[in-house]
Amino acid sequence: MAQIITVYGMLLLKAMGQTLLLALLGLAFGCVLGIVFGMLSVVKNKACNIISSIYVNVIRGVPMIVLAMFVYFGVPYALNNFFHAGMTLTALQAGTICLALNCGAYMSEIIRAGIQSIDVGQMEAARSLGLTYWRGMFRVVLPQAIRNMIPSIVNQFIITLKDTSILSVIGFPELVNKAQNVIAITFKSFQVWLIVGIMYLIVILLMQQVAKALERRLNRGRRRA
Amino acid sequence: MVEEERNVKIHVENLHKSYGKSEVIKGISTDVYEGEVVVVIGPSGSGKSTFLRCLNGLEEITSGKVIVDGHNIADKKENINKIRENVGMVFQHFNLFANMNVLRNLTLAPVDLKKATKEQAKETAIEMLGRVGLAEKADELPENLSGGQKQRVAIARALCMKPDIMLFDEPTSALDPEMIGEVLQVMKQLAADGMTMVIVTHEMGFAMEVADRVLFVDAGIIMEEGTPEEVLKYPQNPRTQDFLSKVLEI
Repeated sequence: MAQIITVYGMLLLKAMGQTLLLALLGLAFGCVLGIVFGMLSVVKNKACNIISSIYVNVIRGVPMIVLAMFVYFGVPYALNNFFHAGMTLTALQAGTICLALNCGAYMSEIIRAGIQSIDVGQMEAARSLGLTYWRGMFRVVLPQAIRNMIPSIVNQFIITLKDTSILSVIGFPELVNKAQNVIAITFKSFQVWLIVGIMYLIVILLMQQVAKALERRLNRGRRRA
Repeated sequence: MVEEERNVKIHVENLHKSYGKSEVIKGISTDVYEGEVVVVIGPSGSGKSTFLRCLNGLEEITSGKVIVDGHNIADKKENINKIRENVGMVFQHFNLFANMNVLRNLTLAPVDLKKATKEQAKETAIEMLGRVGLAEKADELPENLSGGQKQRVAIARALCMKPDIMLFDEPTSALDPEMIGEVLQVMKQLAADGMTMVIVTHEMGFAMEVADRVLFVDAGIIMEEGTPEEVLKYPQNPRTQDFLSKVLEI
């Protein structure tokens, strides 16, 4: 065990760095997608609602490993063969797209549920005073909704971080991918997977601590406001 | 007639409202004059709250006309938000903004809509809170107020927009009995100050005392209307008689 850590520790740490990079990119774009499609699902417009629900249902209905293969191999293949586009995607690009699409679909549902959890009377009161829908949304509904969403958002962040491991299948050099390499060399699967598991655990526990601190701060702000 | 010289604030003409296939309002026409206090009574499900919510466009009307201060609220060319600035509304469940303290509740709309600077809005807010007897609660969060206090803050919030018309949707129905009086008191004062008011309520004593006109709404139409004396004391329509006998006999 000690030997694995001294010899391959640095390599695994770097791989964890790649995992975090991918997770961060996926989350960032995922949040944007989530906000856009979450909003599309709550506005009073049938077309917007349908677009959002198609996106969410398609992504939710397809395993991410299939999505990863499709984006990394399938899409460039199709573009190159049928349109002679001469396109390639790096594993990082494909990974980010998959993760963002996936994370965005679930975030969209979290945002929709969060907004719908706020009593409609709040929006009605805002509208009755002459505020527009969007002002009511940003001033009154969202500040309350976001507070309700935070536990689910943290949960989704954790899931997205762990989902990066799926992208080992398209050869992105994240932690699981590198761990497999190390095992191929050392044949020490018990030790390596144990180390990898502990590494994920530590990162996620840290994330939870940050989230808790954030939640506390938001609630403190509430009493002051 | 003297009435023709009075200023019509709200003109309702053959108002219909349906949800899908079920028609809730089946043709209501009436005028509300400046300074008039109109109380709407009727059994639950009669469409009286829906009627009230049509007056400021919270419910989209299916057909007919609602003209507020000369503006047709169903007209897409009219800015509904501008019309609403002039029409305050008080809800059964208060609907105070839960994420803001009392003062922010009162200043949000005037400041956001550039009706007043922050300082002016704050001044108005303190004044209005004084009028409803809650000047000392400016820094409280809504969750720390009693029901009666919440409703008085809600009234003050509506007044901060300096509306010409106030709509009340069962303002005391969610209150504990001992808190009803304080809210009605504020509303009486408002009526005495000459505010044009449309009030949906089950408080018959209040209607008797404050209303200029009572509308009895049932099954989506006005069954009977007249002075409180006429409608509440000597109702002609059997439906009104039946409703009142159920409400008043305890």
